[in-house]
Amino acid sequence: MTTLQPDQAAALGLVSHKPRSEYVDPATIDGTLIDDPGKRAPLVLGNRDFHSVTNTICGWIENKTPKWWPMAFIISAHIAGIGTLAILYLIITGVGVWGLQRPVMWGWDIVNFVWWVGIGHAGTLISAILCLLKQKWRVSINRFAEAMTIFAVICAGTFPGIHVGRVWMAWMLFPLPNMNWIWPNFRSPLLWDVFAVGTYFTVSLLFWYMGMIPDLATMRDRVTARREQKTTLGPIWAPHPLPGFIKNLTITLPLNKIGSWVYGFLSLGWRFSNRHWNNYEKAYLLLAGVSTPLVLSVHSVVSFDFAVSIIPGWHTTIFPPYFVAGAIFSGFAMVLTLLIPARELYPGMKDFVTARTIENMCKIITVTGSMVGFAYMMEFFIAWYGANEFEQQTFVRRAFGPYWWAYWTMVLCNVISPQVFWFKWARTSIPFIFVITIFVNIGMWFERFVIITTLSADFLPSAWRYYRASAVDVATYIGSLGIFMTLFLLFCRFIPMLAISEVKGVMKQADPHAHDHHHGNGHGNGHANGHTKGAH
Amino acid sequence: MSSTLSQQFEQASPGQSGSTQSETTQGELWGVMAEFSDAASLYHAAEHFRDAGWKRWDTYSPCPIHGMPEAMGLRQSKVTFAMGTMAFLGFSCAVAMQWWMSAVDYPIITAGKPFGAWEQFTPIMFELSVLFGAFGAIGGMLALNGLPMWYHPLLKKNRFLRVSDDRFVLAVEASDPQFNKDQVKALLAKLGGQHIDEVEA
Repeated sequence: MTTLQPDQAAALGLVSHKPRSEYVDPATIDGTLIDDPGKRAPLVLGNRDFHSVTNTICGWIENKTPKWWPMAFIISAHIAGIGTLAILYLIITGVGVWGLQRPVMWGWDIVNFVWWVGIGHAGTLISAILCLLKQKWRVSINRFAEAMTIFAVICAGTFPGIHVGRVWMAWMLFPLPNMNWIWPNFRSPLLWDVFAVGTYFTVSLLFWYMGMIPDLATMRDRVTARREQKTTLGPIWAPHPLPGFIKNLTITLPLNKIGSWVYGFLSLGWRFSNRHWNNYEKAYLLLAGVSTPLVLSVHSVVSFDFAVSIIPGWHTTIFPPYFVAGAIFSGFAMVLTLLIPARELYPGMKDFVTARTIENMCKIITVTGSMVGFAYMMEFFIAWYGANEFEQQTFVRRAFGPYWWAYWTMVLCNVISPQVFWFKWARTSIPFIFVITIFVNIGMWFERFVIITTLSADFLPSAWRYYRASAVDVATYIGSLGIFMTLFLLFCRFIPMLAISEVKGVMKQADPHAHDHHHGNGHGNGHANGHTKGAH
Repeated sequence: MSSTLSQQFEQASPGQSGSTQSETTQGELWGVMAEFSDAASLYHAAEHFRDAGWKRWDTYSPCPIHGMPEAMGLRQSKVTFAMGTMAFLGFSCAVAMQWWMSAVDYPIITAGKPFGAWEQFTPIMFELSVLFGAFGAIGGMLALNGLPMWYHPLLKKNRFLRVSDDRFVLAVEASDPQFNKDQVKALLAKLGGQHIDEVEA
């Protein structure tokens, strides 16, 4: 007897049942890669109605946990545990356990911070800028990307928090009243950064949550319909024989009732009223409006951490736009890195995240990757054109000095690899895209590494020193990846991964005029009159 | 156990499925609700209610329907004011805080720059405006919608819970001055409403 998941059969049935109304040209993969500009690519495939959309997306949460999930979760959680231990060791011992040595006093911690914040740019870009640009294909990836943003910013925020050395003094990052009667220096970009990243995190979280309220209400309604049904868990599976009292142990829990409370509480009593939708849509648009400059400002402010200093190679005006382009570049790469496996693992997801969505994201990667490549070129050009010997020396050293391997890895991954997406076969081959996104993630990490190793050769040659990271540095970085993946897996398991109401909003069923020419005249009196009013 | 969700809904509300009119309910009457088959028929019904001057009624749909605010005769949302006010408040806070902390209470000499120069305050002015503005937008949206409100008469109706899936519902409250139970039911039926049902308070 199955224990749970009354909708599993329905959801799986709907997934496998895909009547195609039209002939699909194999060159268009799933019918969405149409080159004809007169034709609009469909956003949702598989002849789905609202009910099958709800069933499929909610089914990913309600159905039995997929087999791969516990394993992935255990591995991620253990990696996160390693990171936590590394952080604990750092706190107990001091920042000396990192590879920081004069003159490189900013090491992997700042590299990781900037890398994670950069990754966190895709979510809000997709939900804000693409919303204002009316890019409807974003609806199938925005929830996913926003979740990724939040988890990435959590990982990013860890590093400045622990790099202060005495973490119990980390509150001094904020302008809080204190016994020393001092305030932080508001002329320092480091303080601007606290506000920029703090605001970005809070606004992203609000945006994410607000977008989720209707979907949480959907979850609430579905789980409420079967709230009296109890769930039996167990018996536990193990690769080796278990003692008898564990082997047959099962626990029955009122999980549906708990779910009904939790989703009910979080959905704030949302009831899909159109009077509410009116305010909601306005709030969404306004949030998109304010988030757009916010996305562009966050990494600009992060770049000020470097650009406002007087280190040759850092003190450049190109840093803010160059950092922002790089951030969007790495963010989209990370979204794809996560989306491509999810799309394979969750049945029916390909009907929402179409080949065209992936192709569009590849195009954005190429655009931003080219901007980044251009910025690398401009840095060299300005160093030469500026005729400043010290700056010239810095850049020569970057490409041909002791860190040449980092520089050329960066160029290979960030400048050369995204250029393959000029070719259509590259933008449509999913395994190939996955490999390129991994390259981009690596390349963007090295970009920040190249920037901080500029410090290794500062003003006095007698102070120069080769910077090496320690094992604790590596463990902390790997651990942050574990924290990220752990949070992400929890998100996949308990929160609708796609914005259900937004997906429904772009379907033809949501268009009140879709059927007007068929039977619009049969709807009683007064509506023709109403139409003209409605149009104004 | 492999029954679908819709079957469960039917089982959960045996008296209401299939029939257009249920027997009179016990408690105080909150209003009347009716289901519509698609967005278009809900849209047209809404236009009718708007033109007939109804006050306390609402439509419910799984997603926002384009043009529905106009079809219902709703005004522009006032969320803008909430956000604008809060954004201005955030801006003012940023100016006051930074100026007072760095020019009055604890002036730090850096590169001989004037203590109260506004240029270096701009990043935080911007950030706090956005932060407060975002709280204004979401807070204003919730306040205007009267949320959070975890109890609502409609949410007790099992059929109503299907709005979050694929149903379109129009509900008229008994507190509307034009409200007459039987007339409203007849009107809803004429406009194409199905499963017309009374909702208890």
